[in-house]
Amino acid sequence: MGRAGRIAALCLASSVSLAHAEPHARYNLQQPVTGIAEQINDMHTLMLLICLIIFVGVFGVMFWAVFNHRKSKGAVAAHFHENTAVEIAWTIIPVLILLGMAWPATKTVIAMKDTSNPDLTVKATGYQWKWGYDYLQGEGEGIRFLSALSTPREQIDGGAPKGDAYLLEVDNPLVVPVGKKIRVLLTANDVIHSWWVPAFGVKQDAIPGFIRDTWFRADKEGVYRGNCAELCGRDHGFMPIVVQVLSAEKYAAWVAEQKAKAAATASAAPSAEPDSAPATAPDKG
Amino acid sequence: MAAVTPDQLHGHHAPRGVMRWLTTTNHKDIGTMYMIFSFIMFLSGGVLALTIRAELFKPGLQVVQPEFFNQLTTMHGLIMVFGAIMPAFVGFANWMIPLMIGASDMAFARMNNWSFWLLPPAAILLIGSFFAPGGATAAGWTLYAPLSVQMGMGMDLAIFAIHIMGVSSIMGAINIVVTVLNMRAPGMTMMKMPLFCWTWLITAYLLIAVMPVLAGAVTMILADRHFGTSFFNAAGGGDPVMYQHIFWFFGHPEVYIMILPAFGIVSQIIPTFSRKPLFGYASMVYATASIAILSFAVWAHHMFATGMPAAGQLFFMYATMLIAVPTGVKVFNWIATMWRGSLSFEPPMLWATGFIFVFTMGGFTGLICAIAPIDIQVQDTYYVVAHFHYVLVAGSLFALFAGAYYWLPKWTGHMPSEFLGKLHFWCSLVFFNITFFPMHFLGLAGMPRRIPDYALQFADFNALASVGAFGFGLSQLIFIVVVVKCIRGGERAAARSWESAEGLEWTVPSPAPYHTFEEAPVVR
Repeated sequence: MGRAGRIAALCLASSVSLAHAEPHARYNLQQPVTGIAEQINDMHTLMLLICLIIFVGVFGVMFWAVFNHRKSKGAVAAHFHENTAVEIAWTIIPVLILLGMAWPATKTVIAMKDTSNPDLTVKATGYQWKWGYDYLQGEGEGIRFLSALSTPREQIDGGAPKGDAYLLEVDNPLVVPVGKKIRVLLTANDVIHSWWVPAFGVKQDAIPGFIRDTWFRADKEGVYRGNCAELCGRDHGFMPIVVQVLSAEKYAAWVAEQKAKAAATASAAPSAEPDSAPATAPDKG
Repeated sequence: MAAVTPDQLHGHHAPRGVMRWLTTTNHKDIGTMYMIFSFIMFLSGGVLALTIRAELFKPGLQVVQPEFFNQLTTMHGLIMVFGAIMPAFVGFANWMIPLMIGASDMAFARMNNWSFWLLPPAAILLIGSFFAPGGATAAGWTLYAPLSVQMGMGMDLAIFAIHIMGVSSIMGAINIVVTVLNMRAPGMTMMKMPLFCWTWLITAYLLIAVMPVLAGAVTMILADRHFGTSFFNAAGGGDPVMYQHIFWFFGHPEVYIMILPAFGIVSQIIPTFSRKPLFGYASMVYATASIAILSFAVWAHHMFATGMPAAGQLFFMYATMLIAVPTGVKVFNWIATMWRGSLSFEPPMLWATGFIFVFTMGGFTGLICAIAPIDIQVQDTYYVVAHFHYVLVAGSLFALFAGAYYWLPKWTGHMPSEFLGKLHFWCSLVFFNITFFPMHFLGLAGMPRRIPDYALQFADFNALASVGAFGFGLSQLIFIVVVVKCIRGGERAAARSWESAEGLEWTVPSPAPYHTFEEAPVVR
């Protein structure tokens, strides 16, 4: 892609992204909004740089040989075929480089696994093909709902113009407060799904019959979008994840609204909860 | 071939026509059949890939529906891995290992025949499963439970096909181990063997170790599907993640099964066209063995997102990073072989150099994927798709083409067209990168793999990748022309078809007579 093409593409990307909180990533990881995602981005940049340096070094040598040590240029082959010192060097040096890479990665792995002391605990259940959310503990406890793709069928199958958030929009997004540690418990009802929000640096498989957990703390209000990341059957590509991060006040208002709605539904039809997921994931035997 | 073989072929009571090929125990015939089979499977898998790319050309569903799309991705993977790449390498082993070690044939000639003829029925089961009720399996080539337990009858056909192909692979591997260990010509010590024989010996051990593991995994799925067991069903006391552990205990060594023989082929070609002996022969052997041993200790790096404890993630991350060391040694050795050589770039050398260049890019992304936190972001995205196509297409496939151009003179007695070989290489290299390089960006930006439709910000890179894929697919037709022309005629090949090619295979005439080394050569 030429420079003009790239600029055009970037303009296109930014015009598409007007409706979003963050510009779309095009060549790199999405803009991070959690500390973990930030660390992952930095680590990726560091790795790319190291790889680039090795790339230039190694292939600089190779292409030097390719262009200069040619028979057609009268090159006469040398006869060396062993050099213990060199071979030890190019075994040891990569080990040292790898140690340098492993150090920051180890710290991040340990931080990613620390799900202790959350402010809010939400259970996400994967269904074929939607997500169910239960607020288990913290502000909003007791709220539960299903979250399914809201992109109209005509946009997918037919010629209807596709919206900005095509395939990345849901009827009921997960709503969480900004700056709070959110622990997400994951399970599934049928097959393995995977709950992935790139901007949070979070991807955790939802495994039927088991509970796994992960966590995030979003630093910025906004709407963040992701997808199911584990093949789960026909509509695997059509069960996005949308997380709306709100300020503490707006989140409290949202919780109150949800509680009021639930109360109204409960008093109107005590036995029926049409908009609610089963409390636990029943395993089909 | 016409000039040499007929009198030897029909001298005794050798059957003619179809029966010749059905009953042959000749390693050259069997090698040829393996290669033709794998090329047909390569084209079949390619057609599936192009259908996938046609659907992904633009957002929305145009060509296929999601369920069929999942069948396409699944079957593309299974066909390419088990039908194209693996049998192609076995074909090379059949043709070249006896010629390289000075043996008259493979150790178990009849078993050799059987291990080939198991493959066509397996392929028919696999491809035929598209026509079963419910279509082919759509669980991904990894066949993760419980999704694979949900599938229709196509899944059972795929399981049986995998069983049969596994039996074929194990028999082929045993044959190679015994041939290499017992049938070397006098004086051909292990550390004098061509590196291709070494890499295949180690690969054969890997095959024997892990193919039964795969057979066990798919058999457990079969039992869960039909016999009421609950190996992978939590409600019955099983664990879906256990399937992944078993599968990847096979699956990761499998990755090296598909690349180690490629390393072997490249290690034959680079010295020939550098006119210089291979640098660090012994360290190449040790590096190959180290890769093989480490490959058993890294399987769970495919499963970082399943939620392992931190200690597990760290162990598998460190072990995986360690594999970069012996792999790096190999790349450095190849480049040191080229350094101060007298290089020329006939088609085999072009492909081999292209292999080093593009495969190493796949190695870099492999290293990036090995870092567990980064892998959390890129796992199951197009980044991983890009990574493994860089190592499998630009790695295994490019090495196979390099080997084919290198030994075609030995097989057919004619030199392959240099112009067409170069055209094939440059078209493949350019279109390969147009297809797969943008996938890195797609994956980083958040496009999951195995989806038939995608968000709008991924549209232009997908369109680009689709254009590249069709270019790449069409480029492979050039190879058919090369091979047909080479069989029909062309410049006669000398016994030593390439200046400064070393090894016993270049001491027999081109094309290699039907029977070679009936009396073992003596290697000094």
